[in-house]
Amino acid sequence: MLQDGVVLSIFLRERGHAIFLIIYVDSLSGAPITYGFKMNGLKRKDLLDIQSLTTEEISLICQSARYFKDLFTRSVKTVPILRGKTVCTLFYEPSTRTRISFELAAKRLSADMINVAVATSSVVKGESLIDTVHTMEAMKADYIVMRHAASLAPHFLSKNIEASVINAGDGFHAHPTQALLDTYSILEKKGTLNGLRIGIVGDIKHSRVARSDIEAFKRLGARVVLCGPPTLVPDEFKIYDVDISYNLDEILPELDVVNMLRIQRERQKGSLFPSLREYHQQYALTEDRLGRCRSDIIVMHPGPINRGIEIDHRVADSPNSIINEQVTNGVAVRMSIFYLLAGGTPLEEMEKV
Amino acid sequence: MAIIIKNGRVIDPASGLDAMMDVHITGEIVSRIAPDIPVESGCELIDAKGCIVLPGLIDMHVHFREPGSEDKETIIGGSIVAAKGGFTSVCTMPNTTPVIDNQALVRFIKLEAEKGPINVFPIANITKGARGEEITEMGELVKGGAVGFSDDGKPVLSSILMRRALEYARMFDVPIITHSEDTLLSDDGIINEGVTSTLLGLKGIPREAEEVMIARDVLLARLTRGRLHIAHVSSGGSIEIIRWAKSRGVQVTCETAPHYFALTDVAVEEHLSMAKMNPPLRTEDDRTAMIEGLRSGVIDVIATDHAPHLLNEKMQELEYAPFGIIGLETAVPLVVSVLVKRNGFTLCDAFRPLTVNPSNILGLGRGELKSGAAADITIIDPEKKILVDDSFIISRCKNTPFMGMELYGSVEYTICSGKVVYGGGI
Repeated sequence: MLQDGVVLSIFLRERGHAIFLIIYVDSLSGAPITYGFKMNGLKRKDLLDIQSLTTEEISLICQSARYFKDLFTRSVKTVPILRGKTVCTLFYEPSTRTRISFELAAKRLSADMINVAVATSSVVKGESLIDTVHTMEAMKADYIVMRHAASLAPHFLSKNIEASVINAGDGFHAHPTQALLDTYSILEKKGTLNGLRIGIVGDIKHSRVARSDIEAFKRLGARVVLCGPPTLVPDEFKIYDVDISYNLDEILPELDVVNMLRIQRERQKGSLFPSLREYHQQYALTEDRLGRCRSDIIVMHPGPINRGIEIDHRVADSPNSIINEQVTNGVAVRMSIFYLLAGGTPLEEMEKV
Repeated sequence: MAIIIKNGRVIDPASGLDAMMDVHITGEIVSRIAPDIPVESGCELIDAKGCIVLPGLIDMHVHFREPGSEDKETIIGGSIVAAKGGFTSVCTMPNTTPVIDNQALVRFIKLEAEKGPINVFPIANITKGARGEEITEMGELVKGGAVGFSDDGKPVLSSILMRRALEYARMFDVPIITHSEDTLLSDDGIINEGVTSTLLGLKGIPREAEEVMIARDVLLARLTRGRLHIAHVSSGGSIEIIRWAKSRGVQVTCETAPHYFALTDVAVEEHLSMAKMNPPLRTEDDRTAMIEGLRSGVIDVIATDHAPHLLNEKMQELEYAPFGIIGLETAVPLVVSVLVKRNGFTLCDAFRPLTVNPSNILGLGRGELKSGAAADITIIDPEKKILVDDSFIISRCKNTPFMGMELYGSVEYTICSGKVVYGGGI
């Protein structure tokens, strides 16, 4: 007899694909619930940026994220999909939510999780990135989840190592898992991105989230407008086929979704804008401004938020805000990514689970 | 010892000669250029069938890293690489450790080069310690053998100091060679600022960082009537400024490097740090502007900016890897493939920027193929393909974005002062 908390997992083979079934008993209804997953997800080793994903792959990640969200928001949170696999998180930049989100996702899939704290590792003795990662590979790490301040560091790595590289943010370049969780969050609320008007507001120039979001949103048919001062929204972004506006008040009433980016205080020192006060006046999402938006507008923020700078306190906590849900969705989307990247791993091993 | 080069197509860009001729070398001198020179006994015969016979090539911008970074390259080692690339003369840039700001160091380079296969002409620093504060003892440096002055690697930011250098160097009739970059404007950028830098999220170096300094320097050359040579021009806008200055009679010359007419910043995505150099690869418009600048003669010189870096320095995050690529061994194949084959340059036009032009700018007295000239000769098979790979590149540092490419133009022989220094089993 199945009990709550006991997961039965079975692999079946069908038409060359393995199917992975998870059966458990719902704690409320007592009814058995079955999930089936096909084990051939992404035909790639790495997840480096949105650009390299097909539109089908973006959709696939979002679709399976729905099942994982369902799974881990119930009482049973762990499934044995990645049992025996080792995931290393290697963060060369400070991060709270992304690192924890990846770690939780890996643990929910029963992987062994190693977090390399760069500040206390050999990196401070001057070890190069490539040597550090070769060391992890020598210890048979299967996935390297890396955040790095230098753009293209994960791409450089992926060309030189065997393990799967998952980009958790590189310089100003890409933050694909954030873009995927943003996409998933919008899909969950609106059902589609096709035809939606999405605004991204703030420091576009220095934002990896903006670059990856634009790419993903455009791919699924959204119309994107970027908003901020010209120093932070260069004309080169028109290459993405987006609109550019310097006036937030002008664009707000037409938006279905607004994504407020974090403004980094140090940008002011480079004279990219004269003061936080002036920035707030021009580009902050205030209660007053929210009042002039569509009633069903979704307010997003990749975090960490600067309350009172790019977004006002009450707006961040308003019913329109899905900022906390984005965090929850982040775990589901990252589980989905691990799961899909694991497609094609030796199934014999996993069948003994 | 006499050498006869038979059956070759002799090209001398200085005189415009382009004909099937034989070349007779006696000792260190070209003794005769004529059709069907009879082979005497005891004379070494080189069959140049299907090849072009050129004056020995000159690269007026290389980094041989000695003294200071002998693990990357040395004067002798670099000279061997240059000979293999078809070069009989090179000018070494002074950004070594220590920098070349006194006569003893210039003499050291000359002495060391004597043990190598080719001619090495040192360029000395414009400012003491390359600090950009005071000009060097230029008279002493010229006496020691310096053929020009440059703080290459960094600009002379102070306008008044640049003015003084241009004025003072006039009495020696040598050029001030500038690394034109407003480093405040380039602001720690990594690649060209534009669509590629935006898509890849890399900090950009705007072309204007180069152009504003070139504009300043040509105006200072006009003011002082000094001789200005602008190193590694990469932007089309720079060509416009130099064209304007030349039309006004300013004594300015300039060079570009093969990578600027062969590649664009798009190469960064694939080759990462191997395509990172300063100034950076620009756009397709700039690349074609380099080709047109060479065609029209606004660009006087092709120089490689040969910059060896160790693999472990380049195998880093793009942002942390040093600027620079090697170029001595790929220069001839790129000139032949890109300029001659793809853009229809005559052989004279393609090789003038590698022979007589740099010689005239620096007063080297080489770069011509005529009776009585120094027997510096390069023999190239323009139809033979080479594959740029680990074994083709003999340079100890292999930092090049051209790795894996197949190109036309194989250097068959390099002869320096009447001596075969590359080819024929050497």
